[in-house]
Amino acid sequence: MSASGHEWSTLLATADALRAGSLRARALAETALARARRVDETLGAFISLRGDEFLAEADDVDRRRAAGEPLGPLAGIPVVLKDNILTRGHRTTAASRILEGFVPPYDATVVARLRGAGALVLGKTNLDEFAMGSSTENSAFGPSRNPWDAQRVPGGSSGGSCVAVATGVTAGALGSDTGGSIRLPAGFCGTVGMKPTYGRVSRYGLIAFGSSLDQIGPITRSVEDAAVLLGVIAGHDPCDSTSSAEPVADYLAESRKDPAGLRVGVPREWLGVEGMDAEVLTAVRGAIEAASRVGMQVQEVSLPHAQFAIPTYYIVATAEASANLARYDGVRYGLRVPEPDLQSQYRSTRSRGFGAEVKRRIMLGTYVLSSGYYDAYYAQAARVRTLVRRDFTNVFRDVDLLIAPTAPFPAFRIGEKSDDPLAMYLSDVFTTTMNLAGVPALSLPCGFSRSGLPIGCQIIGPDFAEGTIFRAARALEESFGLADRHPIVA
Amino acid sequence: MKIGRDEVERIAQLAHLELTSEELGRLGTELSSILSHVEVLASVDTSGVAETFHPLEYGGPTREDEPRPSLGAEEATRGAPGGAAGAFLVPRIIG
Repeated sequence: MSASGHEWSTLLATADALRAGSLRARALAETALARARRVDETLGAFISLRGDEFLAEADDVDRRRAAGEPLGPLAGIPVVLKDNILTRGHRTTAASRILEGFVPPYDATVVARLRGAGALVLGKTNLDEFAMGSSTENSAFGPSRNPWDAQRVPGGSSGGSCVAVATGVTAGALGSDTGGSIRLPAGFCGTVGMKPTYGRVSRYGLIAFGSSLDQIGPITRSVEDAAVLLGVIAGHDPCDSTSSAEPVADYLAESRKDPAGLRVGVPREWLGVEGMDAEVLTAVRGAIEAASRVGMQVQEVSLPHAQFAIPTYYIVATAEASANLARYDGVRYGLRVPEPDLQSQYRSTRSRGFGAEVKRRIMLGTYVLSSGYYDAYYAQAARVRTLVRRDFTNVFRDVDLLIAPTAPFPAFRIGEKSDDPLAMYLSDVFTTTMNLAGVPALSLPCGFSRSGLPIGCQIIGPDFAEGTIFRAARALEESFGLADRHPIVA
Repeated sequence: MKIGRDEVERIAQLAHLELTSEELGRLGTELSSILSHVEVLASVDTSGVAETFHPLEYGGPTREDEPRPSLGAEEATRGAPGGAAGAFLVPRIIG
């Protein structure tokens, strides 16, 4: 197998070709790097690329393979990382001016694990500043564009990672998901993307946004590849006290099990949402029928508090963000706007360094935590969060999984929602619920609109049921038959 | 819920942000609109419901508190603005 014409291969097939010696890591790396540059020119997917270092690492894999040395399961596989995941010795920006010049002194645990498995980091992808956004328009480095229609957004905040995977730059990427930031762009770009259970993947080295909501997860073109990538990055990490000691299953094996007999619930509240696009509704209904066809037992269920997810989320997430982003003060890293006294230096640095959406969220978060408002807003949201989580506990007594839309509409036009923060927030109406509850959810392509835009649906499970999610998702993916549909790359 | 200009200024102060006059006006309108949207939460009956600050129901695993190697001061401060090896430089605080 030659490297050109390889861009749509799965991560599993590529790893096999590398192991068999029919594909060399160097050839694959050169092709990926050239494609990354091309895609970046038209769609703005990257904040930074690793060039010579990346190629040298590929050479090293070829040399070690030729010498018969033991290699990891992903040896020579290029991956890209959302640029809020720390990479030792390689600048990490969170798409913010406030981290100007910042070069992390350590790798995030997920990066160390990927490198340990032999994967090669090709570059860092674009995002909404500090992962705050649903469109990848709020980046200090300019917006990313949707590969299916460059006038539209790729979704966010992990837009760059989804663009890179959708356009065949790499087979795998990592993103982070605080309120839908993996699943929404995966849906808009036609890729698979998973937010694992809170605590499944270490957050050590992930630039914090909402610490009780953030999870890192895989973005791929196939369900099996997502299972493989999650298997590499999941597991307890002594550096993250919120990472779980729950054993990591063999997700690939789980994904290949027969899904017949799985009980799948359809939350009735989510199919009647106001403003839902008719083509999305048709595609999701098709997915529900497909679930029955492959032997799953479908029933209607209720999540009565899901309607409160967006207001609850925007209080909890902004409150946590305002606390997390207090650390950017020009003292220890990144941008400093020098002033004669410390207080003015804090204010000048932060005012110059943060973009409009980040300031808006810091302000909202500071407000809901401030004296006199804490109980009415933050504490009440934390109580409603209990009810949201309880809904899931209740439905998962009756069903194994849930199926739902990923977003109420396909990718919207660049600029369409930029002037209306509330309209932008409502893009996340089907995704934030799972971050509040902590449960895992995967988005996979289930159809296309008449104008050729991908439509995603979510498979949701109880805590640590990623294996069951993969099992249902792989069967649905096969029945949709969309795996060979790719955007045209200029 | 209407957030006036004074209130926006008070929050900005708490958040260590210096806002332009244009930002003060715009944020007042935007925060008011977002807060109106979240006001629906007040109508939810949460009597007797405990707060969830964290989705984990299991206790996080703990480890022995033993010293381990870590980044040294030199490396941890290398990227700091102001450039003093092994330290963070700030403007003088005490006269």
